[in-house]
Amino acid sequence: MPDPVLQIRSVSKSFGSVAANIDVTFDVERGEILGLIGPNGAGKSSLFNSIAGADTPDRGEILLDGRRISGLGAVACTRLGIGRTFQVVRSFDSMTVLENVMVGAFARVRRARQAMARALEVIVFCGLGGRADVPAHSLTPPEKRRLEVARGLATEPRVLLLDEMLTGLTPTEAQAGMELIRAVRARGITIVMVEHVMEVLLPLIDRAVVLHLGRKLAEGSPAEVVRNPDVIRAYLGDRYVS
Amino acid sequence: MRANAITRRRRRELIGGGVLLILLALLPLPIANVYLRGLIVLTLLYAGLSQGWNILGGYCGQISLGHALYFGIGAYASAILFTRYGVPPTLGIFAGGALGALAALLVGWPCFRLSGHYYAIATLVVGMMVLLLVQNWGFVNAAMGITIPFRMQSWEDLEFRVAVLPFHYVMLAYAAIVWLIAWVVEGSRWGFIWRAVKDDVAAAESLAVRVFPSKMAAAAISGGITAVGGGLYAQYIGFIDPDSGLGLSLSVLIALPAVVGGVGTLWGPLLGAAVLIPVQQLSVAWLGGAGNGVDLMIYGALIMALALARPQGLVSLFGIRSQAGGEAVDRA
Repeated sequence: MPDPVLQIRSVSKSFGSVAANIDVTFDVERGEILGLIGPNGAGKSSLFNSIAGADTPDRGEILLDGRRISGLGAVACTRLGIGRTFQVVRSFDSMTVLENVMVGAFARVRRARQAMARALEVIVFCGLGGRADVPAHSLTPPEKRRLEVARGLATEPRVLLLDEMLTGLTPTEAQAGMELIRAVRARGITIVMVEHVMEVLLPLIDRAVVLHLGRKLAEGSPAEVVRNPDVIRAYLGDRYVS
Repeated sequence: MRANAITRRRRRELIGGGVLLILLALLPLPIANVYLRGLIVLTLLYAGLSQGWNILGGYCGQISLGHALYFGIGAYASAILFTRYGVPPTLGIFAGGALGALAALLVGWPCFRLSGHYYAIATLVVGMMVLLLVQNWGFVNAAMGITIPFRMQSWEDLEFRVAVLPFHYVMLAYAAIVWLIAWVVEGSRWGFIWRAVKDDVAAAESLAVRVFPSKMAAAAISGGITAVGGGLYAQYIGFIDPDSGLGLSLSVLIALPAVVGGVGTLWGPLLGAAVLIPVQQLSVAWLGGAGNGVDLMIYGALIMALALARPQGLVSLFGIRSQAGGEAVDRA
């Protein structure tokens, strides 16, 4: 039984004369880890921003549990249950790790004491337990990625969007990051992750949606997708297609 | 439990504030010199004013160069209500505070749609505009200003013959209450939201922070606090005119203690006022009489020296957290 938590319906988005997304349609199943992949310029980030509410699609709509969320804006999307991280880490650098995550927790609770308790729980979950009172700007790059995840989790999302969360990490760090993502999914949170390096994602994701030049090129299990001639052509060029 | 790092720090701050309050309450008793007492009164006033500015400019990061507007509104409102309608200033300052908060919302409505430097410029322009309007507005005596006549000693009317000592406690109460507001706000949801808005708007929105309303809330609180200070100033001096209540230099003087002391910190405005206001007043007293502006040169040089030596603000001298814990130390 398909049980889509997120539905992308014929979404198109242009920036000036550049078409970033053209008629993209797919569903995200509840509890899965979906990889949104494609070469640079495929329209991943644009679609990501539309889902997170930071952008409004020109045409089409995005539904969260059947409710239209496209065009509502980032604040409403977060309230309704979309959490996100940023590709270029955007921590609040004048605050400590705990304070950063508390901002996220305040999306759900009013009182500082409750926000602190929730934030601490999430921080420990994300493996930053020993760093709670450290200024955010002094974290290492992989720790900053974890902080982004922690902040997103503190808003209690149904769907967590991860933007190039594993890119640029060493294999060991990436491995640790993947364990965190699996643990997040085990909490019942659906995950959509954008990456342009496919190899990183394949062992982690349940399904992949491949974008190319703004359109959806392929969709399926990781094994299906990597064998798809269109995908190979898009990534490597015609001469690699047997 | 490590959760209590913030809680512990906040408790320490509260105790420190209480001790300081007691010391400041005793401070004028051994001082017989009326001029010195007056200096302390002004310092306390500016500590409160700058703490109020700090809520919008420091915590929320919206640099206002037009806070004299709210100060002037509070001063004029209280003075006019008292001299023409007999409303006691103990009520008048709160009416002025409400008007100041309202004015801050009116300024914020268009200006918060501008970002960064443009917001600061817009507040500057609005402030200048109102100064010109008031200079030509008959109802408030235009450029003549309003004199508040002394009738009889009264706490209700904030009128005192031995002017300085009771006013010491009035201004101390003002500074203490504003400090307490800042302390409460710093630990509340609003405080977190404002600092998030200051640091990164897009990230704040992704955490469901409604940016525009949060700026408006900061502006209203900040404008209200400033206006109450303006009302107290009018009662203290007994006179208000466009230049002393609405001038650009006043806007700068309100912002400067927070900037020099440490923007967005609890102790910064206090520390900044304690350094800047005496230096400013004493340099006027010793050097300013000739009208050659030497006092301003010295004042300017001091601020430049402080900015060079302590870009994080004076609070960093004490190893107190400047914004985030340990930042001052880390970046030194």
